[in-house]
Amino acid sequence: MPQSIPEPEFDELYRELILDHYRSPRHNEPLVDADVVAEGYNPLCGDEIELRIDFKNGSVSDLSFGGRGCSISRASGSIMTDLVIGKPVADVRKLSELFNKMMTDPEAEVPEELGDLEALQGVAKFPVRVKCATLAWHTLEDGLKQREEGGHAVRHEE
Amino acid sequence: MTIDTMRLREDFPILKREVHGKPLVYLDNAATTQKPQAVIDALVEYYSSYNANIHRGIHALAEEATGKYEATRQKVADFIGAPDASNIVFTRNTTESINLVAQAWGRKSLSAGGEIVLSTMEHHSNLVPWQILAKEKGLTLRFIDIDDDGQLIAADIERCIGEKTKLVAITHMSNVLGTINPVREIADRAHQHGALILLDGAQSVPHLPVDVQELDCDFLAFSAHKMLGPTGVGVLYARNELLEEMNPFMSGGEMIRRVQLEESTWNDVPWKFEAGTPNIGDVCAFSASLDYLTDLGMENVRAHEIELVQEAVRRLANVPGITIYGPESAAGKGGVVAFNLEDVHPHDLGTVLDHHGVAIRAGHHCAQPLMKRLDVVATGRASFYVYNEPTEFDALIEGIEAAARLFRAPVHTGA
Repeated sequence: MPQSIPEPEFDELYRELILDHYRSPRHNEPLVDADVVAEGYNPLCGDEIELRIDFKNGSVSDLSFGGRGCSISRASGSIMTDLVIGKPVADVRKLSELFNKMMTDPEAEVPEELGDLEALQGVAKFPVRVKCATLAWHTLEDGLKQREEGGHAVRHEE
Repeated sequence: MTIDTMRLREDFPILKREVHGKPLVYLDNAATTQKPQAVIDALVEYYSSYNANIHRGIHALAEEATGKYEATRQKVADFIGAPDASNIVFTRNTTESINLVAQAWGRKSLSAGGEIVLSTMEHHSNLVPWQILAKEKGLTLRFIDIDDDGQLIAADIERCIGEKTKLVAITHMSNVLGTINPVREIADRAHQHGALILLDGAQSVPHLPVDVQELDCDFLAFSAHKMLGPTGVGVLYARNELLEEMNPFMSGGEMIRRVQLEESTWNDVPWKFEAGTPNIGDVCAFSASLDYLTDLGMENVRAHEIELVQEAVRRLANVPGITIYGPESAAGKGGVVAFNLEDVHPHDLGTVLDHHGVAIRAGHHCAQPLMKRLDVVATGRASFYVYNEPTEFDALIEGIEAAARLFRAPVHTGA
């Protein structure tokens, strides 16, 4: 019987910090006249995210996120805004890389730079929910690329 | 109740298992149903006692397998009131049955300027094949919309089906809203205008008495796995003259009569549409699910689900913040309840319910246009079958209440 598979802990998925960001998301008011608008979409669950990004001197100077999604995708977006605002683009890319790595290996040590994102580590144990957590970051990467290439609106699909 | 659920549940070994330490409450029957021991045994019996390729062997096993395979075809015909076994084509699933019609009939019989009428509540399987065909042939798709009760709008049916209509392809029962559509009236209107009608019966055939002659449909598509049968078996019913005039679908062995280097002629219907070795074992096991449902009686299955859906709606409606989609009256609704809980995303609800042992579906249910029409990104969906019983709704409601407590902001009292 398949019951012998170790069960992911429910509490590890819905940590209090995640629930807090879900209930009261940060930077949820859309930025007006943002430099870049990037949209993300997860066709599997219908989650939508819209990021509005401002840049200044090679850094992400401001960032808002909106859209409709589950607790994991909303918390991931909300924590991301807190962490990314004010950071140089190169550092943001590094964070994104570290976060993606954390999502593929639930047992690995969480690097300090990830800060509150550590709360999302438990998601890696729920394979069907990983894309909920990565949607915001993949959309952000698309936004950075858009800035680099001077292109216009992009739509990221998980 | 006309169905003795307690006794019947003994026939389904999977219902004894636990999920996350809780008894399994399986409410995802619109996705697929569980299998009674008789169906599992039939599958084992095929592979352990008469496994052989069909229609060509001259040995005893081949004869037995061919006999059982073709007997199942007759059983399917009887189950849906088809005039003859030759009206029944075995496919992989409902999706393949619909694609078969789009390719083998649509590509041959439709031409630029023709119209196909669908509805906004269609499953992607009864939408995307027509989009592709429309693009290829220069056809126009028209959509019958739904009202706020999740019913097809009568005036829209009249407006959409007219002189240019060549085919009406519509679901008999919505896999999200549960709406049972007035398909006989729609068939009559289609036929008045010289159009054909295809019914997506994936949800109706497993849950309602369905008679193709009473419904006067030209095509009917459904899947074995949604009616206690194995996965990998779909059915296409079509009127005989249509099957005769249609092109082949897939080609190769089995579907031919005479093959020369430059050209070939086709086998008789329905074998013309069954290229290559079919899914013999699963078709033979499907026979046992048809027997099981016939013994229960489809009228009884329907009556049982009306009771379940009434009770489910009553219990859900008492939970603060619940929105239920689809028809209010259980009489016009199959055993499906789509719902959302305020402030809780359906995926989160699904995860919490899973940890209460309750399996529901959360998502767009392969009906993205309908989600847009309802202005939601997704919904939860509980769907029932013969082995469900009202006491199982206790776990459903407990799980929903737990999700509400978890995700809603704590209520601040006082100033």
